Amino acid sequence: MSRRKGPSRRQFLTSAAALGATATAAKAAGPDPLITETQDWAMGLGDGVDATPYGLPIEYESDVVRRNVEWLTADTISSINFTPIHALDGTITPQGCAFERHHSGAIEMRKQDYRLMINGLVDRPLIFSYEDLERFPRENHVYFCECAANTGMEWAGAQLNGAQFTHGMIHNMEYTGVPLRTILAEAGLDAAGDFKDKWVYVEGADASSNGRSIPMEKAMDDVLVAFKANGEALRKEHGYPVRLVVPGWEGNMWVKWLRRVEVMDGPVESREETSKYTDVLADGVARKWTWVMDAKSVVTSPSPQAPITHGPGPVVITGLAWTGHGKITRVDVSKDGGKTWETARLAREGEDKALTRFYLDTVWDGEDWLLQSRAMDETGYVQPTKAQLRDVRGENSIYHNNCIQTWHVKPNGEAENVEVS
Amino acid sequence: AATGMRFGLGREAMAEEIAAWDVDVRPDGTGLPEGSGNAWDGEALFEENCAVCHGSFAEGVDNWPALAGGFGTLADKDPVKTVGSYWPYVSTVWDYVHRSMPFGNAQSLSDDDVYAIVAYILYSNDLIEDDFELSRDTILDVEMPNAEGFIVDDRAETEYTIWRTEPCMENCKDSVEITMRATVLDVTPEEDGADD
Repeated sequence: MSRRKGPSRRQFLTSAAALGATATAAKAAGPDPLITETQDWAMGLGDGVDATPYGLPIEYESDVVRRNVEWLTADTISSINFTPIHALDGTITPQGCAFERHHSGAIEMRKQDYRLMINGLVDRPLIFSYEDLERFPRENHVYFCECAANTGMEWAGAQLNGAQFTHGMIHNMEYTGVPLRTILAEAGLDAAGDFKDKWVYVEGADASSNGRSIPMEKAMDDVLVAFKANGEALRKEHGYPVRLVVPGWEGNMWVKWLRRVEVMDGPVESREETSKYTDVLADGVARKWTWVMDAKSVVTSPSPQAPITHGPGPVVITGLAWTGHGKITRVDVSKDGGKTWETARLAREGEDKALTRFYLDTVWDGEDWLLQSRAMDETGYVQPTKAQLRDVRGENSIYHNNCIQTWHVKPNGEAENVEVS
Repeated sequence: AATGMRFGLGREAMAEEIAAWDVDVRPDGTGLPEGSGNAWDGEALFEENCAVCHGSFAEGVDNWPALAGGFGTLADKDPVKTVGSYWPYVSTVWDYVHRSMPFGNAQSLSDDDVYAIVAYILYSNDLIEDDFELSRDTILDVEMPNAEGFIVDDRAETEYTIWRTEPCMENCKDSVEITMRATVLDVTPEEDGADD
């Protein structure tokens, strides 16, 4: 991909301010040469259909990319990067810029080398090839995958300046795969006896293995063994050729490069569910098995990376809402830091455990805004403020920060990540 | 348990295959292999395989994880969560070291090596004596200080009951002040092309 050396956001803002609100086509002083002069693209020829067998976004969109934050982790192998949610719209995340989180890097495996083992309390321990998996009846579902640590850097205050960094450990894709229960049934579950207090332990083929314990009830409900996302094979960095999809639950459990599922009579209490993905409360006691991701939302535009550049007048406030408990039913937006709220418009009715797009079509008077969004889900749960969360948990939970986010939109159109009283 | 339709796909897993991949260790010690090691043996192995990142005394180098220390800090402003101060089970240490360490050369340690390295980590946390012979038979004798430090997710009782309520829409607070700004910290990466 070519790396455009264009104007920085700061320079752009400066020039936008210099030009003022008159620098729009509608208010142009004279005839617009883009219209009155014949442009190259209206005379010559574009690319042939053989130019791009598999295309990338046009170079002018080169800022819509994953980004990492160096200081967050010791190296880039066991690390995280961030989806550019500030620049996206709708709900489906393009796979090429959907966030990554690895514990020992994105491994490369051919389908021919792929094996899935089912063992433990089953009637017949089985080995499946990739081809075997494609012969089971398939399902399609759209779900969000949110890292348990999304927004985790913000527990103690406003740190990172952009929705990509504060809320971008998330993607939302249409998965094709086989229900885990179908595959477990193939191995036979008479040996498991009563499912109550039974578990599955799932692990990946990579060096970290990322082993996690999942209660049997969830395993038999909506967990998918997925091999396609957004219509095509999983990307290498997202678990090619096979990953687990665990709807509504923390991203860590969405084991990539899935190699083994073991039916057990108890949890393994692996590293990823003891040392990590446990949430320390104010008194030093930690919650474990905090699987579900609670209702959450964020305004993606305007936001620090998506300032208002057009001056006062009509503006679209937009963002994303989601909940691991089911469907989003309502999103409220405040422009004054939570004093008053307006109910936004959902682009589509909320879908089960999937991202929901909301819009508030409104007018900006050029004054300061303290923009917030507040999600509600079908269980009646209302997204809390950070103060509400801290009252229950303190500041050291690391994970599961689903607080209401505030952006300070300034008279020059810039937005900043702030905390408010 | 109810079983669904069978399709006759896959093949039976062989004992050798299960033995190769099913190496998880449970808190009660299930899954641990034969073998043993103590901190004396572990010290040299740790220096060779682990200290470059975790420090000679398991104290951690740079941003790499500290494996020892931090006792009594869990309720502090900045808790130090190590094997000694935080991890509830020895089984997890054995399982994780055996399966996923050293970082970049995982699954290269013998069972005896793992017992010895785990013994050295426990010794570095003052949890065992240097001549304690760690094995399948003795591992449950090690008392982990934070074994009782965990509760099962209680959000349903402590949060959901409070927050499932009709929210305020107007006159929700008298005043709003900005109390913190991300740009004061200035730790956000600049975008490409910015700041020439």
